[in-house]
Amino acid sequence: MNTIEFTLVVAVGSFIAGMLGALTGLGGGVVVVPLLTLVFGVDIRYAIGASLVSVIATSSGAAAAYLREGYSNMRVGMFLEIATTVGALSGAFIAGYVSTSAIAVIFGVTLLYSAYTSLRTKPDASPAQPADRLATFLKLDGTYPAASADGSQIVSRGDGVAATERQSYHVRNVPAGFSLMYVAGLLSGLLGIGSGAVKVLAMDQAMKLPFKVSTTTSNFMIGVTAAASAGIYLRRGYIDPGLALPVVLGVLGGALTGALILPGAKVRTLRMVFGAVIAALGVQMIFEGLKGKL
Amino acid sequence: MDKSAKPTDQQFEMFLGQLLRTGVLIAALIAFLGGVWFLAQSRGARQDYRTFHGVPAEFTNIPRVFHGAIAWQPLAVIQLGILVLIATPVARVLFSMLGFALERDWMYVAITAIVLALLLYSLINPSAS
Repeated sequence: MNTIEFTLVVAVGSFIAGMLGALTGLGGGVVVVPLLTLVFGVDIRYAIGASLVSVIATSSGAAAAYLREGYSNMRVGMFLEIATTVGALSGAFIAGYVSTSAIAVIFGVTLLYSAYTSLRTKPDASPAQPADRLATFLKLDGTYPAASADGSQIVSRGDGVAATERQSYHVRNVPAGFSLMYVAGLLSGLLGIGSGAVKVLAMDQAMKLPFKVSTTTSNFMIGVTAAASAGIYLRRGYIDPGLALPVVLGVLGGALTGALILPGAKVRTLRMVFGAVIAALGVQMIFEGLKGKL
Repeated sequence: MDKSAKPTDQQFEMFLGQLLRTGVLIAALIAFLGGVWFLAQSRGARQDYRTFHGVPAEFTNIPRVFHGAIAWQPLAVIQLGILVLIATPVARVLFSMLGFALERDWMYVAITAIVLALLLYSLINPSAS
């Protein structure tokens, strides 16, 4: 393959990754690194550099749409970004000392976890959480549009405040959420992914935020987290312009296309299929990592 | 939460969303232009990504990327687009800090300042790698 063919093939692969990532809500970044390493034989360090930059593009590109819907919680996002950016810096720092085989194995395990979360159905956390002192002090509690697009019932509060048409919620377990966010940042900095699955785990499961608030706030945070490690990767020479070009433009184009066709898509089936693909890639990453081939 | 602060929050979030989208579009456009030119003048065997050599210093040093891009070097132009992309979330954090300052929420001005300092440390501090 010459440069033009290689660039076009990588762009098409990245486009599909970005589109599936947007349609399933799992993010395209998680399959970009296995795609580049396992399929195109790219060194995992160049792959991580290119993936990290594509993660910033999709997060920032999608933020406008999410923010308009009014689900994301800016204070929760900003407060937790302290944990994710410190984590991302730690991850990028550690990456310079860990063997590429070990990174491949950690990547594989993370892929298996992402696949597991894609197959699990998530019941929404009950909005009726009691107030938490730390969360109140940090002003983390918020509201979200009660008439949600996914068809859930408008909860009548019956106390006369319903005129705002926004459901209020309390945030719980701030220290646990903050710690998990550090781990999310660490994985993002180490592997060049958005680690949206761990971010949603921290907000949705630990902090009891409503699911839609978790996912939109998570997306909002991913770009900042990735930017924190991108500076370090740039100086280390992981971000190659010739490789980043097709990956970034491909993933971004795919993500925007995915968002456009999302309303008519069979998301459940897609999630199952994409989850299975991610699991298979995870097993192969672990296998190749253990063989010392990546 | 203070109900009266809510509409400003909402408007501000929309402004931030537009900021991010504009940043990504500009970055993608710069990278695309550099990319078309890079492919148009590419000859012979492609670069080998199988073994890691590290990207040459002209693409890892921020001032040198700017110089290369001004001199219309295609790969430097692509890398400039990538730098704009990396700068987009940093700008978002900076504007969030201003937004919290307008709301006189000093606790969140401080929290945002910490995040901004961490980002700038990563991007600018030469010993952070």
